[in-house]
Amino acid sequence: MSFMGPPSEAGRFGDFGGVYVPESLFAACSELEAGFSDAWADASFRSTYYQILSNYAGRPTPLTYAGRLSEKLGVELYLKREDLTHTGSHKINNVVGQALLAKRMGKGRIIAETGAGQHGVATATAAAVFGLDATIYMGEVDIQRQELNVFRMRLLGAKVVAVSSGSKTLKDAINEAMREWVASVETTHYCIGSVMGPHPYPYMVREFQRIIGEEAYSQSLDQLGGAPDFVVACVGGGSNAAGTFAGFADTCAAVLVGVEPAGGAAVGRGSPGVVHGMRSMLLQDEFGQVEEAHSVSAGLDYPGVGPEHSYLNSTGRAEYYSVDDDAVLDAVMLLSQTEGIIPALEPAHAVAWVASEAGKRIPLGSKVVLTMSGRGDKDASVAAELLVGRLR
Amino acid sequence: MSIGLSLGTTLAEAKMHGRKLLVPYITGGLGTDWLDVLEAVIAAGADAVEVGIPFSDPIMDGPIIQEASQRALDSGATPASILGGLAERSFGAPLAVMTYYNIVHHAGVERFAGWLDTAGVSGVILPDLPVEEMGEWKSCAAARNIETVLLVAPTTPDDRAQKLVDESQGFVYAVGVMGVTGERNALASSARTISRRLTSMTDKPVLIGIGISTPEQAKEASQDADGVVVGSALVRRLLEGGGPDGAFDFISAIRRAVDAL
Ligand SMILES: Cc1ncc(COP(=O)(O)O)c(C=O)c1O
Repeated sequence: MSFMGPPSEAGRFGDFGGVYVPESLFAACSELEAGFSDAWADASFRSTYYQILSNYAGRPTPLTYAGRLSEKLGVELYLKREDLTHTGSHKINNVVGQALLAKRMGKGRIIAETGAGQHGVATATAAAVFGLDATIYMGEVDIQRQELNVFRMRLLGAKVVAVSSGSKTLKDAINEAMREWVASVETTHYCIGSVMGPHPYPYMVREFQRIIGEEAYSQSLDQLGGAPDFVVACVGGGSNAAGTFAGFADTCAAVLVGVEPAGGAAVGRGSPGVVHGMRSMLLQDEFGQVEEAHSVSAGLDYPGVGPEHSYLNSTGRAEYYSVDDDAVLDAVMLLSQTEGIIPALEPAHAVAWVASEAGKRIPLGSKVVLTMSGRGDKDASVAAELLVGRLR
Repeated sequence: MSIGLSLGTTLAEAKMHGRKLLVPYITGGLGTDWLDVLEAVIAAGADAVEVGIPFSDPIMDGPIIQEASQRALDSGATPASILGGLAERSFGAPLAVMTYYNIVHHAGVERFAGWLDTAGVSGVILPDLPVEEMGEWKSCAAARNIETVLLVAPTTPDDRAQKLVDESQGFVYAVGVMGVTGERNALASSARTISRRLTSMTDKPVLIGIGISTPEQAKEASQDADGVVVGSALVRRLLEGGGPDGAFDFISAIRRAVDAL
């Protein structure tokens, strides 16, 4: 049995996924599905995609042994360094794929939502290099806390639209991007930034991110002498985790762990719901109104999760845990000061979980691969404020 | 409670008598007088009324209906309070509930269909539930005689449009413009195109909705279609405090315009 195969024809992973979109978008989802299947089966498309990831985005990324931290925790910890890619996070992998696909499908304009701004920056970057017009939707709260990325997007030539509805964070940025897509679907590709949304997005984005897991698996064989015992990644929508898991779920018995923020633990605390085009685990109230998430990390501040994670949780192939904001800030300091790697707040969730579970859920001496999904520059002002008084 | 009128029968009969159909939309639970607004638009000549159950993340709605939904939610509106309100009165026109699928999914499809039945609601419109995902809902709705109205968009290919038109119950909701709900300065050319396309595929009433903002636009849209759905233009007046009187005047003006055809 395969744990991470393609979804069913209806775009489902078990009971999760599907295409819950307004009729105006239905044809576009079907076209995208056909366009992606065709491209992904085309060796020349794949070779262009891999070439750009290597020549432009800096792949393959290293698997770094975190020696001092390993010693401290009593486990053998390896970091898959997506923070070293061009633009500074794994988001570039997906965006290169989607931008190539948009061009192939004759769309000259892309729109995207962004939370932490990393997907927005990656989209703006791809738009610049492929000559596409880009508009990025971002919640007002996130615009403030990820100011550096807003400037980067604008410098790269993208238009950034501030979203002031609802929680003014990622959820509402997605709403607004979908509304814009309804109006412009004939000329515009919606470049969704995670393994979420209507089919084919959860599958397509996982495929564009699986390079993380494929590299990490073969690097593990070389550097660890075999598969790791644990594979850990943070989960917002879940793209860096899904891409990582894809390299391990069906090749070895490693325990796969997704780490959610305590204030946005859709898998951990949610129930099945339908929003943003998919059926998946969702934080919602007793009437089915979507609840607002609350996390220090803009990239994980989302009440839903990609449908494949809901499925992997239901089958038990992956496990999901959460950590709170304080533990995340501790982890930012810990990794910075033991390894000289300043993590983004998102992957700091994964670090926090490993730090707290080493010797508990993770037996001492275990080999752990952790996806360092992005670098921490964007969070400098937030972290400076929250860590004030704790630094030398 | 409406008086058990079928949406499809009522609208088809009116169409047969040469009447252009007018279906206003109001957000349930918006203001304390929303049930009076509902009566007012029926008195002004509505053939049926769409009642919105607000959802936190309405991706098919523009700023006006977003604002109305938020206000209704902030004042404590729930599916139960809205449907309970409808059950308390009797209305002289059939009602259709418009909401997003999560509200139905969360309640459970069977339970939700039962709620609509108890409240005297005849039909339902779920803009984010495509026909492919609708199987379970449709059988529960059918068991309660609830009619499920399907939307057809300008981007819907012909073969799919034919299937949607065939499966739609009550009427066929033709999306007049690519975009979310909201007022527009002029009728989109796509409105007349889709009307012609769909009326040639079916005898069911075809109503144009999304973007119909003025009596003139309603009249123009009704030349090819069997009638119109009017939402944001009415809801804006309610947000501005127009109340039942303002709603009556506006819907009366649209009634006169489409009757003049
Ligand atoms: C560095 C980084 N990691 C993780 C995420 C969360 O996204 P996902 O769960 O799709 O990997 C983000 C999102 O902005 C991010 O910037």
